[in-house]
Amino acid sequence: MMRRMRGILSWGGYLPHRRLDRRAIAGIAGKGGGGGTRTVASYDEDAVTLGVAAARLALRHAPAAPASLWFATTDPPYLDKTNATTVHAALRLDRETPAYDAVGSVRSAAGALRAALASDGPALVVAGDLRGGLPGGADEAAGGDGGSALLVGGADAGPVLAELCAVASATEEFTDRWRVPGEAASRLWEERFGETRYTALGVEAVKVALGRAGVAAAEVGALAVAGLHARASAAVAARSGVPAEHVVDRLEGTVGVTGAAHPGLLLASALEDAASAPAGRVIVLLVLSDGADAFVFRTTGALAAHHVADAVAAQAARGVSVDYGTYLAWRGMLPVEPPRRPEPARPSSSAAARNAAWKYGFTGSRGDDGVVRMPPSPLDATPALMADARGTIVTFTVDRLAYSPSPPVVFAVVDFDGGGRLPIELTDVAPDDVAIGGRVEPVFRRLFTADGIHNYFWKARPVRDGEG
Amino acid sequence: MGSHGIKDRVAIVGMGCTRFTEHWDKGVDELLLAATGEAFASAGVTKEQVDAYWLGTAQSGMSGLTLSRPLRLKDKPVTRVENYCATGSEALRQAAYAVASGAYDVAMAVGVEKVKDSGYQGLNAFPIPNDGTQRTLTAAAMFSMVAPAYGRKYGVSDTEMRTVLARIASKNHANGARNPRAQFRKEMSVERLCAMPAVAGGLSVFDCAGVADGAAAALVVRAEDAHRYTDDPLLIKALSFVAGDGSGLTDPSYDYTTFPEVAASARDAYAQAGIADPAGELAMAEVHDCFTPTELVLLEDLGLAERGTAWKGVLDGVYDLDGALPVNPDGGLKSFGHPVGASGLRMMFEAWLQLRGEAPGERRISTFGDRSLALTHNLGGYPGEMVSFVAILGTP
Repeated sequence: MMRRMRGILSWGGYLPHRRLDRRAIAGIAGKGGGGGTRTVASYDEDAVTLGVAAARLALRHAPAAPASLWFATTDPPYLDKTNATTVHAALRLDRETPAYDAVGSVRSAAGALRAALASDGPALVVAGDLRGGLPGGADEAAGGDGGSALLVGGADAGPVLAELCAVASATEEFTDRWRVPGEAASRLWEERFGETRYTALGVEAVKVALGRAGVAAAEVGALAVAGLHARASAAVAARSGVPAEHVVDRLEGTVGVTGAAHPGLLLASALEDAASAPAGRVIVLLVLSDGADAFVFRTTGALAAHHVADAVAAQAARGVSVDYGTYLAWRGMLPVEPPRRPEPARPSSSAAARNAAWKYGFTGSRGDDGVVRMPPSPLDATPALMADARGTIVTFTVDRLAYSPSPPVVFAVVDFDGGGRLPIELTDVAPDDVAIGGRVEPVFRRLFTADGIHNYFWKARPVRDGEG
Repeated sequence: MGSHGIKDRVAIVGMGCTRFTEHWDKGVDELLLAATGEAFASAGVTKEQVDAYWLGTAQSGMSGLTLSRPLRLKDKPVTRVENYCATGSEALRQAAYAVASGAYDVAMAVGVEKVKDSGYQGLNAFPIPNDGTQRTLTAAAMFSMVAPAYGRKYGVSDTEMRTVLARIASKNHANGARNPRAQFRKEMSVERLCAMPAVAGGLSVFDCAGVADGAAAALVVRAEDAHRYTDDPLLIKALSFVAGDGSGLTDPSYDYTTFPEVAASARDAYAQAGIADPAGELAMAEVHDCFTPTELVLLEDLGLAERGTAWKGVLDGVYDLDGALPVNPDGGLKSFGHPVGASGLRMMFEAWLQLRGEAPGERRISTFGDRSLALTHNLGGYPGEMVSFVAILGTP
């Protein structure tokens, strides 16, 4: 079957700022934990904001705008209401670009990627996930929080960085892991049962996919196995025939397994590693979730020139620790005394819809007088796109009286490069680390939830990617 | 076009003010009856003799019925007004202009706030449905940004600034301690105030206004009629009001060391009153010390001190009760308490007592007998987006 060349046009991996040292768990929970760290989403991050953060990195140096959007997660902020439309609005995508959720299992992410690779035009596959479990459990320690985004498309949209060579799937019905909607943790069947099933499925999918691509296992330059079953992931890699040194680090020791975001995150990691290698590296992404999905890519000569916004490895090496009690409180596992202030009212849906460009897209206005106004003024005709503008802290304050899901509120007056000033809440920051003159960048976050409505808006965080 | 004012055309002939405190056993009705009753008595009029009423309340009731119902007013025009924390001043402004226009002979301005029924500390604005992008910062935190900005601009170290702010709070506590109507009646030393933990920026709770329930009222008539009600009225020399355009929040040139709306309203008021040298002419000033750094900056915006010098005057005691220009002799928002809708009229009540010699000796302003003009300043909002009111009152 001949088909147009299609593959990866750009990618982004996002890791939240906080890390939980797994050794801190057993002292509180009485068991569990282990070595290494896992990533922890801030109290103001959810699957949508993690996905948005990754997508913004993917689009920063992308050759084309997405013509469709898929959003995958196992932890959707909403049911009945589409989560992908929030991602769409935060990315200021075109109104004609459809946005669909792929929600529920890790396999949703594989399905979204497969659909995107089969569709017309550039397609953005976004995933965000918060993984955890009950305190002291294996899932709590093994899980991680993160986002990933893959822009796929054909050569007509821009240089293809890794061409899709083949896809193969194996589907099977069995109950290894399950979670009733609303529950905080998965339940698991005996580990060996899932390991046996997944190992067979994975080996089979890789074999079929490599056969279709005409590549021998020994020629695979990178095999990335993403799935929630750790032992199965290791076993498949060991039996795949791919040389052990070509098996991609699953980031279990530093990040944890980020659920639906993990396939994209590992592929991003493999692409970043391949960028400095000769073109033609074969990268296999295998997703183990209620079956197995294998994607075979081959890197092109364009990969080396691609600008990576903020590499996964660089983010994995950053981050600051969060104590276990704070982690539990942020996850709702440890109910702490709320601030003695009135809880915020739910945002108005009609007002939010009317002001969507500002609220979700961080779009201000520029007047005939050249002044940038945030929020935008109805008297100004020109939009001012502020989401990618960085700024400098003019002054700041720490508010221990204001309502916050995680006090205190750190607030700064920020002058943005290219014009515009906004008093804006800071996040991912310790009060003592804020300084006048500090550089910050806008980030899309969930401020609070009231009456079940998640109030999304923008905050600012210190610039940490070295680009000032 | 022009702001002409109504200098010497309207007189205050009666006033009343409740104690500002946590009135757990009094509601809005009781507070209104107490303040208006005292005002009626001081002018010797009945509620029927008052032709029109303006009620200022930020969020303790809606419409004129909040006043007409408890007072059992029949067939009277009663208007509820709201203008942030300058609500009480706004009520007086409307009543005074109504009398000056000739529409009514006698008008009353009332301000009330029942803030302690919310179940939360501090002031909590009634939420207006919005898109969820509004700032959630407290007023304390917004005003806290003034102190370091002022310090940097004028070379005042953080330690010196802490002392200056504590000195302001200490002065207002000392004044409140002498005032039976004040919420806080305890003196506080500078050392003790400096040791308080910060809750918003560098500010402690003792840098913040007291949160209290209360009400105050004033009766106004045309100046030529004043003698029918009292031998010693207060004349309105100026009433000015400015609502800013909010641009300070988004204007990169705004530096948090001044409130331009206040400076503009002060200029207008001094022009109306014919005052050239406020620091040399005023007997006293009641200023909106919602937070200690607010009072510091107001001294300069109101022209009572040169730019960058108010902090020295504070340390030198210039604004103490026995200083050259007493500021907030009744204790101010800090110590007298701040029932939002009543505060503007409470400031005028202090001018009413001090200029007419009714303040007892232990808390009488140093300038009594030498000068006859008082300023009241009332603001609402935040640095960068505020409303500001200035009145000048004087004895005939």
